[in-house]
Amino acid sequence: MDFRLTSGDIAFRSEVRVFLAGALSPDVQAKARHAEPISQADRLEWFSKLNERGWMAPSWPEAYGGTGWTPIQRMIFDEECAEAWAPPGISPGVVMLGPVLIAHGSEEQRSYYLPRLLRSDDWWCQGYSEPGSGSDLASLQTRAVRDANGYLVNGQKIWITQADLANMMFCLVRTSDEPKKQEGISFLLIDMTSTGVTVRPIRTLNGEAEICEVFLDDVRIPAGNLVGREGEGWTYATQLLEHERTAVGSIGRSRAALARLRSIMAAPDGSVNKFLPDPVFAQRLARVEIRLRAARFLQLRAVSAASAGERPGRESSLLKIVGSELMQEIAHLTMTANGYAANEKQSPATNGYFDSRKLSIFSGSNEIQRSIVAKRILGL
Amino acid sequence: MDFELSPEQALIKDSVDRFVADEYGAEQRLASTGGEPGFSRAHWVKFAELGWLGLLAAEDDGGFGGGAVETMIVMEAFGAGLVVEPFIPAVVVAGTLLAAAGGAASAALLADAIAGERIVALAYAEPRSGYDPVSVTTTARVDGGDFIVDGQKVAVPYGCAADTIIVSARTDGAVDSTAGITLLAVDSHAPGVERRDYVTCDERRASQVSFAGVRVPRSAMVGTLGDGFPLLAESLDRGSAGVCAEAVGIMDVLVRSTVDFLKTRVQFGRPIGTFQALQHRAVDMLIQLELGRAIATHAAAAIDDGDPSARSAATAAAKAFIADAGRFVTESAIQLHGAIGITEELPISQYVKRLTAIEHEFGDAGFSLGRYMSAMEQNEAAQGGPAFG
Repeated sequence: MDFRLTSGDIAFRSEVRVFLAGALSPDVQAKARHAEPISQADRLEWFSKLNERGWMAPSWPEAYGGTGWTPIQRMIFDEECAEAWAPPGISPGVVMLGPVLIAHGSEEQRSYYLPRLLRSDDWWCQGYSEPGSGSDLASLQTRAVRDANGYLVNGQKIWITQADLANMMFCLVRTSDEPKKQEGISFLLIDMTSTGVTVRPIRTLNGEAEICEVFLDDVRIPAGNLVGREGEGWTYATQLLEHERTAVGSIGRSRAALARLRSIMAAPDGSVNKFLPDPVFAQRLARVEIRLRAARFLQLRAVSAASAGERPGRESSLLKIVGSELMQEIAHLTMTANGYAANEKQSPATNGYFDSRKLSIFSGSNEIQRSIVAKRILGL
Repeated sequence: MDFELSPEQALIKDSVDRFVADEYGAEQRLASTGGEPGFSRAHWVKFAELGWLGLLAAEDDGGFGGGAVETMIVMEAFGAGLVVEPFIPAVVVAGTLLAAAGGAASAALLADAIAGERIVALAYAEPRSGYDPVSVTTTARVDGGDFIVDGQKVAVPYGCAADTIIVSARTDGAVDSTAGITLLAVDSHAPGVERRDYVTCDERRASQVSFAGVRVPRSAMVGTLGDGFPLLAESLDRGSAGVCAEAVGIMDVLVRSTVDFLKTRVQFGRPIGTFQALQHRAVDMLIQLELGRAIATHAAAAIDDGDPSARSAATAAAKAFIADAGRFVTESAIQLHGAIGITEELPISQYVKRLTAIEHEFGDAGFSLGRYMSAMEQNEAAQGGPAFG
């Protein structure tokens, strides 16, 4: 056992720091530090810097434009980005769609979409949930009927992050009715500018409209937009959820959020200083720090196992649960540290708290995660 | 970054695992805990032969030259096997003190201890000190070339078997001052030393030891005059990390036993492990176990890194976490077993008792949380601003 970074990894970290110092504008860093909304333009500018450097898609194989980083280097990169207050948030297309296209897409789909994903030519959203299909995702009813001209799609998708900004959606649709509901689901790419697509933003607790409802009425989709084989979309999507899960469990962001909280408390002007001597607050903060230390070592072990070529073990399954709960606790502490100022409408700390509640719900609620762990790891 | 065992570490783990599997059945343990001194002298001799008693001592001193990670490997296996021999008190805590102290007398004691010929225990806690090693009222007064020791110590692990007791005594300074604490190796049979031995809730042994005008030669000083605290702090940190690893081994057994029980116990016509309320509680046990394992590793890594303030924060963090996690796993194991869980009929009862005792060793959750907070405050002050590593 040796828990130190190798000299190669330390050199890599320096390289990342140099890049970040040049690539991030102070204006965007300040927004991230103060938990203020990041505009799509800010995000796209950041992604273009990443793409110029060849670092847009660390999770992809090098042949398609990936970085060839080890899992440890990817973790270092994530931690450094968080620490430097790079804009939070991912490109859903790069992180979630890319790996599916690489594994299951046609040569034509890969050569067309993958370079566009790297350049952020398209902005993708994920169309999975439906009003009647949340945790029970496989019960989804949006139907795609095959005819001579491709697919005719009808149905309704909901809780779609940034559907209003997206020009493309990767989507799960039912193409046939099978005794097992997971079969008969296909993975389809939908052009959001198609006739029959209607997007309605939904206002969330923090007053923003980041998530949307999407109505699909007689939408015509070319047959070439089917990814892989008909009826196998569920398998592709669950693989994809694994990618999403690792992203959600980001411990690096928690470390940064805790650093932000400590900087709020150290602010010379703020009324928040009075929370430092509050023993109850101080104890909650210490407990979160301690859990974060544990979670980070759990993540290190998962990353180290992945570097050694092992399949993700129990650690990564648990990290989504642990990471989301930690982020939520830090968000509540940050709100608390603002005292009465937290009650001002659009207080970033309070918006951050409201926003954090989604972390234990999306991409498989923490209750669903516990059921998965009970089944797959404990064998119950 | 490498979580795999090195070849040397794998050898240690293999030999400890083999010992536990071959020689540590419930019957053997019961025979040990049922008589005095509460553990097996034969096992202790075997530990010496296998080189485990010198795990932490330098190779030049006849030891293995291991560190906190090696301690963790041994203690996790000892936890899973419920090994009762006083490895933490004698080898990890007292052994660290003697090795770090230097000097001919300490070296001689250490050599005896490694050979298995002398058991050394540390007496630091006092009736009014709580878990705080700084709070020392026991005094050592200079009298010619000797010290005269007066005071009372509690919770001395396996005092009944100790040939030598290292006592923290005040030679200077106020009761809660880190300066002025001197460590003295006292012969446990010296005139004026009196013990009250007792059995602990986990069937182990401990003693209250009083010192009334005990004459100790100056050569028995472990370390230097008035400067015992840094040594004391390091050895307690190592002991603390050691019981954290032991707790991980125990929690692992409790999680596995409980999951097995959930798969086999049938109610309402099906295994109770098919019920979601019970499944989720079992997953929460697993989460506490894996976070516990992670933070015990973090503590071991911090000790081996060598920076005292980082070491102190990490071991306090680990102990605070493990105290709560251990309690959660203990109580959940009992609850998910139902009525049989509150009996001594199943092996888990012994694990439950040991994990409960560990909750208090080297400081409970509250004390350790406070210790973590002051360590972080000191680090912050030293670094000139808020920091979190």
